[in-house]
Amino acid sequence: MKRKEIKSEVSGKVWKIEAAVGDAIEEDATILIMESMKMEIPISSTEAGRMLEILVKEDESVTEGQVIAVIDMDDV
Amino acid sequence: MFNKVVVANRGAIAARIIRALRTLGVRSVAVYSSADAGLRYLADADERYFIGAPEPKASYLNQDALLDVLARCGADAIHPGYGFLSEHAGFAERVNATGARFIGPSPRWIEAMGHKTRARDLMKRHGLVLAPSSGLLGTDTDATLRAAESLGYPVLVKPAAGGGGIGMISARNPAELVKALEKARSLSERSFGVADIYLENLMAKPRHIEFQILADRYGNVRHLFERDCSIQRRFQKVIEESPAPLLSRAVLDATADNIVEVLRKLPYDVIGTVETLHEAGEDFRFLEMNTRLQVEHAVTEEITGIDLVIAQIRLAAGDKLDEVLPAIIPNRGHAIEVRIYAEDPVRFYPSPGVLTSFRPGTGPGIRLESGYAENDEITPYYDPLVAKMIAHGENRDDAIERLASALDATVIEGIKHNISFLQRMLASADFRSGHVHTGLASLLTKETR
Repeated sequence: MKRKEIKSEVSGKVWKIEAAVGDAIEEDATILIMESMKMEIPISSTEAGRMLEILVKEDESVTEGQVIAVIDMDDV
Repeated sequence: MFNKVVVANRGAIAARIIRALRTLGVRSVAVYSSADAGLRYLADADERYFIGAPEPKASYLNQDALLDVLARCGADAIHPGYGFLSEHAGFAERVNATGARFIGPSPRWIEAMGHKTRARDLMKRHGLVLAPSSGLLGTDTDATLRAAESLGYPVLVKPAAGGGGIGMISARNPAELVKALEKARSLSERSFGVADIYLENLMAKPRHIEFQILADRYGNVRHLFERDCSIQRRFQKVIEESPAPLLSRAVLDATADNIVEVLRKLPYDVIGTVETLHEAGEDFRFLEMNTRLQVEHAVTEEITGIDLVIAQIRLAAGDKLDEVLPAIIPNRGHAIEVRIYAEDPVRFYPSPGVLTSFRPGTGPGIRLESGYAENDEITPYYDPLVAKMIAHGENRDDAIERLASALDATVIEGIKHNISFLQRMLASADFRSGHVHTGLASLLTKETR
């Protein structure tokens, strides 16, 4: 198993989670949408793989660089 | 004139309105959410009221809380600033129903201009020349595809109730259009509560040119020239200037006069801005009318010497236009504004945080508008504007030079900000030559990615 951590590129609040644990994730697929300063910012997967963990909940505050999800890159 | 005014907004524009009220000798009442309790401009107001939690819905969009402040403090008007409730006809009606006055146009004009396709119909009926659009789209996809065909690709899908560039999606062919329709409807529904959308054909290199309007409550309407707001990211303005470069004064004035004539027929009142898109060799294309003060009002103030906030307050209070404006409105030199945002300068992602250093550069002809001071926190609840910096010069080159050196001298730490983007734009050959268009910002950032 090759774990890949997905980090939020912005500070803000988790508006909507668009993926679930166990999902097959394509590269650039949206994992969740952050809300910050009146903007909705999609956080996308940098790699293809299978979703292992989602580490945040909707409405949770997240800081820039925080790990929001982990993907198994070997399970494509 | 009013005795006391509630400033129903926050940040730079709240500070600006409080200053105008002081100049007028009118008492000012600031409101604040718990996130903004520490901001220093609040001390400049004569009274301050807490209105709720940080989320805009609980505070700056909380009509009941604002009306409660209005009643408690005994004010006779509310200034809504821009954004938040500034274009909410229902709120304006509620304020006016208390016997106090909403400092803006009559609610019916706010309502009429709030819906894009209805506003287009209204303006067209009264004689404004408009570029073609599909009109409001039904759910029949074939009819939509035929409408797109007759407009010609590429087309732009736009929400009828929208603003701020939200939900606008371009499509180069029928396949892209089908996808764009669904996405635009859902974005529009989520952002504006209605899924209504329409099509326009997408211009290749449009310029955003808008006309500043002032009017009294007795049918008199005048314009205060134009602003070119072509430098935008995500369809939102970043740099604004006046006069618009490389366009003939005669053409601009004729367009402004046409707009004034149309608005006189309504008759429109108090303050507004008519936004248009313009491409060389074509007519100005009506985009929308904003029924409020604009973020970039200072650009017009610098070239005309007229305080737009004071004019707006006086006109709402019932002063006549010829008492508020001089017989001939001056148009002196050139003014440029940059919006300093708390955001990544390449991807434009927001960057909230504490302003550990905030020392804006200054110099001749430089003006700064901000609601923040050093060590203030820029929270994620509101828009990312840190400050507006405005330069006025004898001519465009002079204004650019002054602005560039003030930006060079500006120190902001603790957050990411877009100053390096602004500096690159001001230095770019396209901007310097005046060949601006709404795609220029993304072209410039693509080069640096």
